[in-house]
Amino acid sequence: MSLLQDPAVRALNTASPALSLVGAFPSARVNASTPGERVADLVVSGLSKTFEPGTPVLSNVNFQVTPGQRVALIGANGAGKSTLLRCCMHLIRPDAGEVRLFGTPLAGLNAQALRGLRSQVGFVFQKHNLVPRLSALSNALHGALPRAPLARAWLQSLAPTALREEAMHCLERVGLGHVAMRRADKLSGGQSQRVAVARSLMQRPRLIVADEPAASLDPVAGDEVMSLFSALVKSEGLTMVFTSHDLVHAVKYADRVIALRRGAIVLDALSSDIDVAELRALYD
Amino acid sequence: MTEHITYPAPRVLPDRFERTSPITFMFWLVVIGFFAWSVNNIGVSLTDLWGGIPQMTRLVGEMLPPSTVRLEAVGWSLLETFQMAFVGTVVGVLLSVPIAIMATPHLSPHPLVYHAARNLVAFFRTVPDLVWALLFVVSVGLGPFAGTLAIVIDKIGFCGRFFAEAMEEVDRGPQEALSAMGASRLSLIMCAVLPAAMPSFINTSLFSLEKATRSSVVLGLVGAGGIGIELKVAMDLFNYDEAATIILAIFALVVLVERLSAVLRKKVL
Repeated sequence: MSLLQDPAVRALNTASPALSLVGAFPSARVNASTPGERVADLVVSGLSKTFEPGTPVLSNVNFQVTPGQRVALIGANGAGKSTLLRCCMHLIRPDAGEVRLFGTPLAGLNAQALRGLRSQVGFVFQKHNLVPRLSALSNALHGALPRAPLARAWLQSLAPTALREEAMHCLERVGLGHVAMRRADKLSGGQSQRVAVARSLMQRPRLIVADEPAASLDPVAGDEVMSLFSALVKSEGLTMVFTSHDLVHAVKYADRVIALRRGAIVLDALSSDIDVAELRALYD
Repeated sequence: MTEHITYPAPRVLPDRFERTSPITFMFWLVVIGFFAWSVNNIGVSLTDLWGGIPQMTRLVGEMLPPSTVRLEAVGWSLLETFQMAFVGTVVGVLLSVPIAIMATPHLSPHPLVYHAARNLVAFFRTVPDLVWALLFVVSVGLGPFAGTLAIVIDKIGFCGRFFAEAMEEVDRGPQEALSAMGASRLSLIMCAVLPAAMPSFINTSLFSLEKATRSSVVLGLVGAGGIGIELKVAMDLFNYDEAATIILAIFALVVLVERLSAVLRKKVL
């Protein structure tokens, strides 16, 4: 069955003509991303990935994200959101298609060049992925690994004063200056995620990519982390792509929402045009 | 009042034990047969065991009370034994780390390097430390240095394997996070892998020290230093009371190291 014949997608289309369904209204993407004036931070063209033959996780995914844009990727479990984000960073190699990061195609880059591009992207994971036995300060400092001289960003005790101050500043920006020396495995879930945000800020990124940053947190901590993200992204003028199961978060914290269903984009629209209740049809 | 609930009898009640397949049955038959053959082959004799009890009683009688004549010399030998174990373990553990990194599939720079490191570690582990001691006695001469080298090689074989397994099992999340931000392989190992594997490293290292202390006693028997040579001489000269002192000293050292290691393990982990 084609995605455009999918009852859920058809229902969504009927319910709200303001929402632009990809394929049915191909111009929607152009309206949403307004490319042309500046080089897009992220361009994904014809991306496909299959882990088990016959069941593609991603099929022919196309979109681009312009500088300063905040994009939410939504979709049910197994829709391909996390795989898409990992393919965007070439943490997982796509089977087909192209990813351009800040105008540079990732395919064919050597390891050093790929690391150079990745260093401009702050990737925040669902489970924060901090190093458990190290302090919050050392974890934040790790954001400087790509640019610091050898070993100077491994531990806060080895770091030069300027880097330590910067890491401390990043922790203070996420409200965690007071737990700088606390071990990461002694922090709460919300605090850990904020340290992960501080680590990504330490990278001085141009683009923030977050894979369900609030999913492992309670609703209050999840809201706090998303507000923090939103505020930092706005104040720094960063671009952000995040995945979420929380449709309210998606509409509230993103300028644009892209919905995936069975590995393909079925919706790409400005969040101001979207009604959360109607988006739920995608999960039916 | 307790109510009795009557359940309807199930149509099919599963068997209490699963039926053994002919292959499994044959396997166990072979194992039992081999055990019986081995008992016969190695000359297990209850008569000899029974006949040995008076000899053992006489030996224990001659050991008591332990002699205190050479207490100072025994003390120095005991210290030398521990020093061999300590230096051998520290050097062995330090050398094990890079070898273990090369022997960890996702950290090794190349599949060839991975296989070479794995085989080297397996070789070091397979050859007993007593054989290494014999080789080093021939190459560097009699004395504690030969024993220490044997311990180093043995520790590389032991720690190399367990360190590699520990690094293989650590959570990949932090590694993926650092990789996503453009960190180099070396940074990834130093920042995400080693700190996460550290509790296991410390545990293995302390266990290695205990093991090295026990084996450094035996190494002396082949002339590789330590208190083992004192024990051999005492036994050869039928000075059983002196041998008893040495055995008690060894026991005290091993217990002390085990206790210390348990305390350190609790403190550090």
